[in-house]
Amino acid sequence: MIEIRLHGRGGQGAVTSAELIAISAINQDKYAQAFPSFGPERRGAPVMAFVRLSDERIRLREKVYHPDIVVVLDPSLPTIVKVTDGLKEDGWVILNSHKDEKTLREMLGGYQGKMAVVDATKIALEVLGLPITNTTMLGAFLKATGLVDRKYLEEALEHRFGRLAEKNKAAMARALEETKLYT
Amino acid sequence: MGKKVAKEVSIAIADAVKLARAEVIAAYPITPQTHIVEHLSELVANGELDAEYITVESEHSAISASLGAVATGARTFTSTSSQGLALMHEILFIAPALRLPVVMVVANRALSAPISIWNDHSDIMAQRDIGWIQLWAENGQEAVDLVIQAFRIAEDRNVMFPTIVNIDGFTLSHVIEPVILPEQEEVDAFLPPFRPKYKLDPRKPLTMGPVGVPEIYFEAKKAQDEAFKNSRKVILRVWKDWANRFGREYHPVETYRLEDAEIALLINGSLAETAMTAVDKMREQGKKVGLIRFRLWRPFPIQEFRKAVAGLKVLGVIDRALTPGGVGGPLGTEVRAALYNAARRPRVVNFIAGLGGRDITVEDFEEMADRAAFYMKKRPKEAYETIGVRES
Repeated sequence: MIEIRLHGRGGQGAVTSAELIAISAINQDKYAQAFPSFGPERRGAPVMAFVRLSDERIRLREKVYHPDIVVVLDPSLPTIVKVTDGLKEDGWVILNSHKDEKTLREMLGGYQGKMAVVDATKIALEVLGLPITNTTMLGAFLKATGLVDRKYLEEALEHRFGRLAEKNKAAMARALEETKLYT
Repeated sequence: MGKKVAKEVSIAIADAVKLARAEVIAAYPITPQTHIVEHLSELVANGELDAEYITVESEHSAISASLGAVATGARTFTSTSSQGLALMHEILFIAPALRLPVVMVVANRALSAPISIWNDHSDIMAQRDIGWIQLWAENGQEAVDLVIQAFRIAEDRNVMFPTIVNIDGFTLSHVIEPVILPEQEEVDAFLPPFRPKYKLDPRKPLTMGPVGVPEIYFEAKKAQDEAFKNSRKVILRVWKDWANRFGREYHPVETYRLEDAEIALLINGSLAETAMTAVDKMREQGKKVGLIRFRLWRPFPIQEFRKAVAGLKVLGVIDRALTPGGVGGPLGTEVRAALYNAARRPRVVNFIAGLGGRDITVEDFEEMADRAAFYMKKRPKEAYETIGVRES
């Protein structure tokens, strides 16, 4: 079983990202679960969402404490939230940032593990015209992990966003190209 | 057979109500029930569900309107949580006494104060004596199945009792997971239209809910209680039929890896699934641990329960509600009472855990099983123990 924790700020769509990953996995006949960290939802406040992916039925309803993958939608979050908390040793941190590897590793408190980085805010602004990075970060997630098929993620985007799906698919595609992997 | 889809459990529940062809929905939104009634109002507004959606000014009105609707012979659904359920309290007793089979989903949530929108079972445990059939779902599939079954059970002429399906707020209601929604034809074949013997109809006037003077009140209540206990036959029959049609089995008392178990944990609701993972882990370590849940909480399935626990040494009962100053949590107190005169019974230790959204983790379940094992040799001194509370 793979466990994912997404960090974002209220309004950035972390919960939607989590849902889209789970929906894609279920549609490709895996087992999956997505749920928010049920707090008072305030725009701009740090929020979390969780995903579990498995080939077998999932019987677990605790929060994700030891993620295999952490996805951070907002560049400023790592300075106020310890996003690597509980991360497994060979896990991935997937970041939205324009900063270089060294700076980011320092920002994460000397984190030595695997990292995927994309300037999702820039892509989202250019493609969507909004600094909402949830669908862009799906591209980075896809590149780093390959845990769901692109086809199913695109289908999920189409289903969720209707006429806005094309732009979101384009943002995801650009992130897929531009994400840098540091392993 | 329906196809497996990814759905938020609340949305799946609303879809199940649609599949059941509910004719009246009267509800007041409250977290974490909101998505259920929002989606129902959409389905009605879009013309996808041919029902009357009554927007009301409170939960007291929601349940009152629901009873009025079901009294006219309309299949009726409502849903609430926490303070909303508490506000319904006085009306809740009237439904079973008038034999009005409304179906309600309660998205279980803590009661104030402190204000908490998060999950525990304080809301429903304060409603044990209302005389409704009460069922528990542990996952989205069960929530869908139980909602559809609830209409058939409640409306059966040999039952005619209102029915609650409990689902954990947030930890179940807001989770996206795979769910199979039955096809409409399958549900239609399983669930006949609601045809009550007596209903409010101006062409055929009758009285519902007159005064029960001392010469009749007690007899009326005894009759209600007898009929309520008898509903179990229909419940079992409906579950058998469901299993034949859909291949998914339901039992009044559900057990997991209980054969040869010395210790069992008992918890109701969706966290039982986390407990299953803990049981699997402990079994791998050679610990003889199993799990029990009440699927049917009212009427209390005493025979099935006594049978399930007869071979155990210790039963750890996990309450997600507090009974201040009581002799245990509500579940622990009842379980002990149910076993007191049983020929064979385990020692019972009562834990209070997971109040107001506090997570109960696999490790917490392991800790409780270990504590239960400790009491194989020693009687617990306290009426209950709390788990996962910071002491400093």
